[in-house]
Amino acid sequence: MTDLDTFRSDTRAWLEENCPPEMRKPVKSDKDVCWGGRRFTPSSPEQKQWLDVMGQRGWTVPDWPREYGGGGLSPAETKILREEMRAINARSPLYSFGISMLGPALLKYGNEEQKREHLPKIVRGEIRWCQGYSEPNAGSDLASLATSADDAGDHYVVNGQKVWTSYADQADWIFCLVRTDKTTKQGGISFVLFDMELEGVSTKPILLISGYSPFCETFFDDVKVPKKNRVHDENKGWDVAKYLLGHEREMISGMGLGEGGRDTLVPGAVAAIGLDDAGRLDDPILRSQMALFQVRAKAFAAMSERFIDELKAGRAHPAQPSMMKYYGTELNKDRHELQMAGGGSDALEWDSEATRGGAPARAWLRTKANSIEGGTSEVQLNIIAKRILELPGA
Amino acid sequence: MPLYLDDDQTTLQDTIRDFVGENAPVSHLRSLRDVDDRTGFSRDLWKQFAEMGFTGILVGEDQGGLGLGHVEAGVVLEEIGRNLSPSPFLTTAVAAVEALKGTPHAERWYPGIVAGETVAALAIDETPKHRDRVALKAERAGNGFRLTGAKRFVTHAHVADLLIVAARTAGAAEDAEGITLFAVPTDAARLDKRAERLADSSIAAHLDFDGVEVDADAVIGEVDAGRDPLDRLLRAGRTGASAELLGVGGGAMAMTVGYLKERKQFGRLIGEYQALQHRAAHLYSEMEVARAAVLKAQQLLDAGSDKAEEAVSVAKAMTAMATTLSVNEGVQMHGGIGMTDEYDIGFYMKRARVLSELWGDANFHADRLARAAGY
Repeated sequence: MTDLDTFRSDTRAWLEENCPPEMRKPVKSDKDVCWGGRRFTPSSPEQKQWLDVMGQRGWTVPDWPREYGGGGLSPAETKILREEMRAINARSPLYSFGISMLGPALLKYGNEEQKREHLPKIVRGEIRWCQGYSEPNAGSDLASLATSADDAGDHYVVNGQKVWTSYADQADWIFCLVRTDKTTKQGGISFVLFDMELEGVSTKPILLISGYSPFCETFFDDVKVPKKNRVHDENKGWDVAKYLLGHEREMISGMGLGEGGRDTLVPGAVAAIGLDDAGRLDDPILRSQMALFQVRAKAFAAMSERFIDELKAGRAHPAQPSMMKYYGTELNKDRHELQMAGGGSDALEWDSEATRGGAPARAWLRTKANSIEGGTSEVQLNIIAKRILELPGA
Repeated sequence: MPLYLDDDQTTLQDTIRDFVGENAPVSHLRSLRDVDDRTGFSRDLWKQFAEMGFTGILVGEDQGGLGLGHVEAGVVLEEIGRNLSPSPFLTTAVAAVEALKGTPHAERWYPGIVAGETVAALAIDETPKHRDRVALKAERAGNGFRLTGAKRFVTHAHVADLLIVAARTAGAAEDAEGITLFAVPTDAARLDKRAERLADSSIAAHLDFDGVEVDADAVIGEVDAGRDPLDRLLRAGRTGASAELLGVGGGAMAMTVGYLKERKQFGRLIGEYQALQHRAAHLYSEMEVARAAVLKAQQLLDAGSDKAEEAVSVAKAMTAMATTLSVNEGVQMHGGIGMTDEYDIGFYMKRARVLSELWGDANFHADRLARAAGY
């Protein structure tokens, strides 16, 4: 047996012993998703238990270094852990912007004190993070952001407004882009971290077309942020921001995957439309559209696997996350369009019990943001054209 | 196994890229066409393939081959696609070799294939669109069988030494079972071949079997159990065609992106226009996704996985769609010059069309996925 075989059998046995059976059932609603944080109320004792055992082992973030609370696993071991978790349908113990976005940026740009302070709490799900990037007048042109951080000796005084701050009303800390120099654009931005309970921070949820409010407006009114909370040099925050956006794109691009067993497109359409005598969906044109969609969806699942493998081996083009983000989000929108067409009037119900409170329609509307948030599809295409295809003047 | 080429495969790719690029670039196809070559490929080049060992890429080392897998065969095919090199590699060294694997026919035919002397052709299709349908009849006659019926779209049949024929020995034309695969010498009596040149300058034949008699030992595998070697043949052939399509689409995209960087209109490089940048970036994305689908299918085939069948259909459909986009965008972005015979981009368009049809187009394979998924 190779070391990896041993690791696989040990992992399998450990998961068998430590993953509660309740945590192997499909995620049914938002309550089943664990985001951790100071205000986290577990929906079941098992959810808390699963977070705790995985967090202690560092397996909520298996490939981070052990010294910062991570699992310290190699890329091959990480892949095995994911495979073994998938094999028993284990839920992800923790969803976290700290894992997918801030953590990688801290590992690259944070100082030792910052890493030791923040990374272990991310691993254990103790602190929930939100991202302060977009502003009312800085969307696709993010570097034009205006939230100011004025030098006041050992701290900055932050004033301004962020928008599209995901779950700001539930987050404990924010990683935030602020302007420390008004005379240049990208070169005048700094990256700071602060507690959302500081005086002068307030949030206001934004009601979306889906009827949900996952995003907030976030206001800063003379917020005092210690300078030691700045990541990387003053006015070098744009480097951190770009690096972090790459990780955000990876996360969003993963949404096109359909996450294995959760694909409801086919069963939904079959239930609403039925099959003809030959066993084919009794709507030949929709069936064709679904079948051609599935070609792309399955091919993209292979692409996601390839991308992760290449990323771990350092072989991925640095701008490849833009391609993943573009393709994955457009695909996800297509999926939900087909899902709505497949469901017919059943899928239109907005609050019914049968639709679990209008889940299909609300999810469909939610996907429209996929190709806007984290850099629009058009911005991704610009990046691909410039950095991968090296087209002129792009 | 990670989803990218390992070091050995990358080394092989470098070798093949240089070899095909030097010995069979697009100008090679153009010159064969311009002299109205009736073989459909260069026998000298096929011999060179043998000297490099490529002809035996899927043949076991104990049988004189390289003993490599579908990933490696695909590496060869992608370069064949990128250079539009006419070659019997796909039919002979990939599909036929797989069909014969593990049967007594392997001993009979592999040495010639490995030596670059034998060319195989695959008589599968009977209708203008590829279907899961075998009507050509094989009836028992004396010590063997008598074959009656017609086949079409049989590439290289007019010059091949070996024909692999899917015939019906039981059941009805649309039945999955009741098929028998035969190895038929191409000089058999009562076999009529009508070779036609296709849009891409390749040559495929219509075959008419008017009671062609073959010995019992012409059967590949078992009588009525031809589904198994036929599926092996089709999986390998479709995966190989996908890899070749990837090369065709990739080659066309490289030409097109190159053109965007040199052609000026309104005083600017046309690649500066966002309207074209976005289309090129979208094309890049489709080709990347197609590449992943092909490698996935190849790896699953090599692993003998039962998930290979689905992955093969995904690869064939995805590469057909992405490459069709690539050649269409290629001609459009080249503008008027893309419509001229003098420019190579049109050759890519023609080859993509032929490969897309081969062994099931995107619609055929999407339909297969839908059936497998229960709708």
